[in-house]
Amino acid sequence: MRFSMLPSVFAQMFKKPWTNKFPAKYTPSNTTQFLKDVSEGKAEIIPPVQTPNGFRGKIKYDKEKCIGCKLCLKVCPCEAIEFKPKEKKIKIYLARCCFCSQCNDICPTNCLSMSDEFLLAGADPYSKDLIVE
Amino acid sequence: MNQKATTKTTYHIPIGPIHPALKEPVYFEFELAGERIVDVNVKLGHVHRGIEWAGMRRNPIQVLYLAERICGICSYCHPAAFALAVEAAADIQVPERAEYLRVIQGELERICSHMLWAGVAAHEIGFDTVLYLTWQIRERALDLTEYLTGNRVTKAIMMIGGIRRDITSDMLPRIKKDMLYFKDNFEKLRHVFLDDKTVKMRSQGAGILTKDDAIKLCAVGPTTRASGVKKDVRVGESYFAYGDLDMKCITPKDLTGTVNGDVYDRIIQRLLEVKQAIELIEECIDKMPSGDIVAEPKIPKLLSQLKKTNGEGVGRHEAPRGEVIHYVKLDGKSECPYTWKVRAPTYNNILPWIPMLMGEQIADIPIVAASTDPCMSCTNRVAVVSSGRKYELTKEQLHNLSIEKTRRLMK
Repeated sequence: MRFSMLPSVFAQMFKKPWTNKFPAKYTPSNTTQFLKDVSEGKAEIIPPVQTPNGFRGKIKYDKEKCIGCKLCLKVCPCEAIEFKPKEKKIKIYLARCCFCSQCNDICPTNCLSMSDEFLLAGADPYSKDLIVE
Repeated sequence: MNQKATTKTTYHIPIGPIHPALKEPVYFEFELAGERIVDVNVKLGHVHRGIEWAGMRRNPIQVLYLAERICGICSYCHPAAFALAVEAAADIQVPERAEYLRVIQGELERICSHMLWAGVAAHEIGFDTVLYLTWQIRERALDLTEYLTGNRVTKAIMMIGGIRRDITSDMLPRIKKDMLYFKDNFEKLRHVFLDDKTVKMRSQGAGILTKDDAIKLCAVGPTTRASGVKKDVRVGESYFAYGDLDMKCITPKDLTGTVNGDVYDRIIQRLLEVKQAIELIEECIDKMPSGDIVAEPKIPKLLSQLKKTNGEGVGRHEAPRGEVIHYVKLDGKSECPYTWKVRAPTYNNILPWIPMLMGEQIADIPIVAASTDPCMSCTNRVAVVSSGRKYELTKEQLHNLSIEKTRRLMK
C-alpha cells in the first residue's frame, strides 16, 4: 500500500511526454520571425494535434452561392454577421463569432461551412484574417 | 452586546472576493476562536454578467448558445433546461431518438464534471498527484465529447425540439471502448479516493451537512444526496429518456451502508454517480431507437412557430451540480422571450456552506467550500447598483420585489 505508487513512477520514466510540442520544441523568442523562417524553409514546424471530424473552426464562405436571404443574421447568437445591402452579401467578424455553426444549419444554399482552421488569435479584431467576406 | 465587546476572544478573518484558495469570486467573513470557526457569513454578487437581460433581446435559438455560456462546465445543462422550458411553452414533441441522444450527452458531461471536481478536491487537500491522475482520465472524456460534438467544452449540440448531431453506427465502437476505459480506471480511482489514508483523514468528519439541514436549506444534487436525501430530478421527473432507463437515486448508503453527510461521503457520492453515468450511457446505446433527431428540421419554420407561441414553460434538468431550473415566458408578439429566469444549482448549495463550515478548522475551509462544487458566475443573477453605489436589500424588500415581478409576469 505504502509503495503502490512506485510501478507508475517507474513506468513514467520510460514514457514519452504526452504534450505535443507545437509549434516548436522550445518556444521561439519571436513567433513572427519563426513563422517567416518556416515559410522560407529555414525552420521546421511541429504539426498540431489533428482536429476531429465535425470540428468547428474558421467559417468558410462561398460568396457566389450566397443569395442574401439574411437568415444567418437572424440566428447568429453574437451578432457577428453584417449584411452588405449594396452587394446583398454578408461579412462575418470572426472576433465576435462563437463558432456554434448555427448559420451553417440555417443557410438554404449551404454557402457557409466550418473549416478546421483554429489559429485565429490576433491583436486586431478587424484584421483581414478575422473578417470573412 | 457591550458585554461581548469587552470579553471578545474571537477574531475576524475576511477571505475573498479574490483569494488564491478560491477559484471564483466569493466573499467569506469568518469569526474564529483560535483555529475553530464560530461564525460564517457569505456574500455573493461579484460576477454578475446580465445574461438573462441579454437573452431577452435575442430569439430562442440565439439564447441556446447564450445559455451555454452561463457555465463552462455545465455547458450542456443550461441549454438543455432552456430547451425543455421552450418545448413546454410551445408544446413541441421531441423524437424518441433525440431523447436518448440527449441523455448520452448529459451523462457524458456528468462524467467530465465529476472528474474535474474529484481533481479539484484532491488539489484542495494538497494531493496534487491525484489531480493529475483524475484529469488524465477526464481528458479521455473530453476527447470523447470532442469526437461526438465537434468541440471540447462549448458543445453547441442542443436544439429546441431535438439535438443537432446524431451518433452514427460508426461512432459506437469508439464510445464503447471509452466506456470500458472509464470502467477500468474507475476501480483505480475508487481505490485512490476511498482507501487512501490521506484522503480519509482530511475528509472524514469534515464539513458535515445533516439530513435535516439539507432538507431545510433546499440543497440540491450530489450535496444533498450525500446527506441521504433522495432528491434527483432524473428519478422524480422523467424527462428526456430517463423514464425508460433503469436508474434509481443513489446515496453513499449503497456503498458504505451509512450516511454521514461529510466531505468523504460527497466524494463517494460523485464517484458512484460517475459509475451510474457510464452505465446509463451504455444502456442508452443499446436501447436507442432509430428515427429523427429533431422535431422540426427547418429552423425558419421553428422560429416562426416560436414567435407565435404564447405561453410559459419550466425546464428542470439534473446538472452535475444539482437541479437547474429555467423559466421562459413567450408572449406571442416578439420573437424574444418575454422573460427568462435561470436558477443554477449552486444557488441552493450556498446556504448549506454555513452549517458545513461551522466548527471546522481554518485549514478545512478550501475543501469544505469546494465539496459542494460551487460555480459562482452561474449563480449571480442580480446586482443592485444605484447611482454608482452598491447596496443591499433586506429579506422583506426582496420578497416584495419578487411579488411585484410575479404580478408583472402574470399580466
